[in-house]
Amino acid sequence: MSYVVDSLRQILGFAPPKPDRDEVFPEVRVVYANKRKERLTKAMLMSVRHEHRKTCCNKWQRRRWATLILVNLLFVASYWFDVQLVEGALTASRFVGFHMADVNSALQVMLAYKHVVLNLLIGTVTVALFWWLLGGRTFCSWVCPYHLVAEWAEYLHLWLVKRKLVKNRTFHRGGRSVFYLVFVVLTAATGYTLFETISPTGILSRALIYGPGLALLWVAALLLFEVFVSRRAWCRYVCPIGLTYGLVGSLSPPVRVQYNINACHHEGDCRNVCLVPHVLDVTIRGRAKALDTDIGADCTRCGLCVDVCPTGSLNYKVKGLERVL
Amino acid sequence: MSERETSKKTKAPLSKVRRDQNRREFLRTLGLGVGVVGVSLAGLLPLIGAANARLRPPGAIKDLLDEQQFLAACIKCGQCVQVCPVEAIKLADLTDGVGIGVPYIEARAQACDFSCDGLQCVLACPTGALTHHLDFPADTRMGYARLVRPDACLAMQGKGFKGLARGPEFRGTLRYAEVDRWTPVPVADHPYDLDLCDLCVRQCPIEIRIIECAAEKPPEPGQVARVAEKIGNECPPRHAIALEPKPGGGVGMMPVVKDGCVGCGVCEMICPVEPTAIIIDIDRMAEDLA
Repeated sequence: MSYVVDSLRQILGFAPPKPDRDEVFPEVRVVYANKRKERLTKAMLMSVRHEHRKTCCNKWQRRRWATLILVNLLFVASYWFDVQLVEGALTASRFVGFHMADVNSALQVMLAYKHVVLNLLIGTVTVALFWWLLGGRTFCSWVCPYHLVAEWAEYLHLWLVKRKLVKNRTFHRGGRSVFYLVFVVLTAATGYTLFETISPTGILSRALIYGPGLALLWVAALLLFEVFVSRRAWCRYVCPIGLTYGLVGSLSPPVRVQYNINACHHEGDCRNVCLVPHVLDVTIRGRAKALDTDIGADCTRCGLCVDVCPTGSLNYKVKGLERVL
Repeated sequence: MSERETSKKTKAPLSKVRRDQNRREFLRTLGLGVGVVGVSLAGLLPLIGAANARLRPPGAIKDLLDEQQFLAACIKCGQCVQVCPVEAIKLADLTDGVGIGVPYIEARAQACDFSCDGLQCVLACPTGALTHHLDFPADTRMGYARLVRPDACLAMQGKGFKGLARGPEFRGTLRYAEVDRWTPVPVADHPYDLDLCDLCVRQCPIEIRIIECAAEKPPEPGQVARVAEKIGNECPPRHAIALEPKPGGGVGMMPVVKDGCVGCGVCEMICPVEPTAIIIDIDRMAEDLA
């Protein structure tokens, strides 16, 4: 239950709480105490990181990019080669004849149109169930085409930041929840699917399948903003699709990234690569309550932290299936 | 325990630097919100003066579902685009604002000729934006044809037409049942030789279907209806367009649009004069015909 509550707080934009002393399990306190005894020098940390870099191959990033590209190519190929596997775009489609509808797009249509046909309901429930099984925001990093281009833009942004050519400006994460409400109210009031007009997910998906258009200029503007002003601003602070799937994921069975405190050096490499670093605040020294912590539902399960962690403290977990896998 | 609670209440006040940072972050977030919501609201601008009004696919009926409801109901997925055999349906771009990703038909380039018979786009639509309240092509109401340049019309001048209706470069396709019942062929592969140009009547899918129906043998008593052949292809109850003598007399005939016109746009596409003499008027209603 606390997972759901903590996840919702995270998603809505509240700062992750620091645990009270009496909330921390005794065994965790022992681990922290032991870590205080053997202090790590910077040189040691660097060597551990260096060792890890040698073995590491960005396994999850590669798998994720391959999946994302494959899913989007399936849409494209279905149309261009008329194989009718997934007809439509990411907003709504038919997978070998079964209706699928993006939960956020469908909610907008329902709010604007104020009428729900059965096919849309079937499609929405199907997709919600699918992402419920896979953890909600998993959609963001494993399917959303904007995520991929934004990830590339992010490398450029970080390169510029490193050279002190640009400064990353943060926003309040709670803004996303407020925008979400504003969009809900405006969509219902005007009767138009306002967010869909500016959704880079829908624009990119349609551009891939039906050919490019002027709308790509808007996507380019967003990317420029992320490169020169604020790191991953759209996914972090704005996108209601992420919030919708975050809510779905907060109720998910545990397909999650799990953090284990034992070997962690608390050096923060995971938080540096993370799209939503607040979900990894538990890796800050003194923040963990238990030896194992499930990372909250705002996490997109992208696996960058799993790849980068030099001590193997972050791993994918499917609870109940540990023995099988 | 009580000590805990007091310590929680008396949280150290934030430093001035931190407060400044928070204030700036709040203002930036406010700016971001105004920007994002503002841009999305700008999507409503093309609605002014119906700048984004377009010929919509069958099922986006005016009577049952006006343009606002159509834009609201459409989930912008393009499944209708994918099923159309003549590729008549396109998706609107950002310039249509909230109409982005919504299907439309540019009749002059490629009209809907109902060669799918079963209204495939309507069947494909997952949200009912193309309403399922219609079963046959003759039930649709996309607009009405209108002779906008009667002086240019070849029939009005009593002229015939010989050659390719839209020239050899034209990419549009039509179903010519006498060539291929199931596959539409390029208009550029189909030359005409007419003593009096009647292309808008000759190629009208509603008129073609009426002729087919008239030629069909009435079902014999006890015969099982061949549903597969009939479905989606019911006989249109009313005529759509006909050549009639000109009101003032003289040579030539006048194409007259009837209330059976569904606004599919084939007449606009096939009209051989440039620019076209006949167009689809999306604002015109049956009452305006009189």
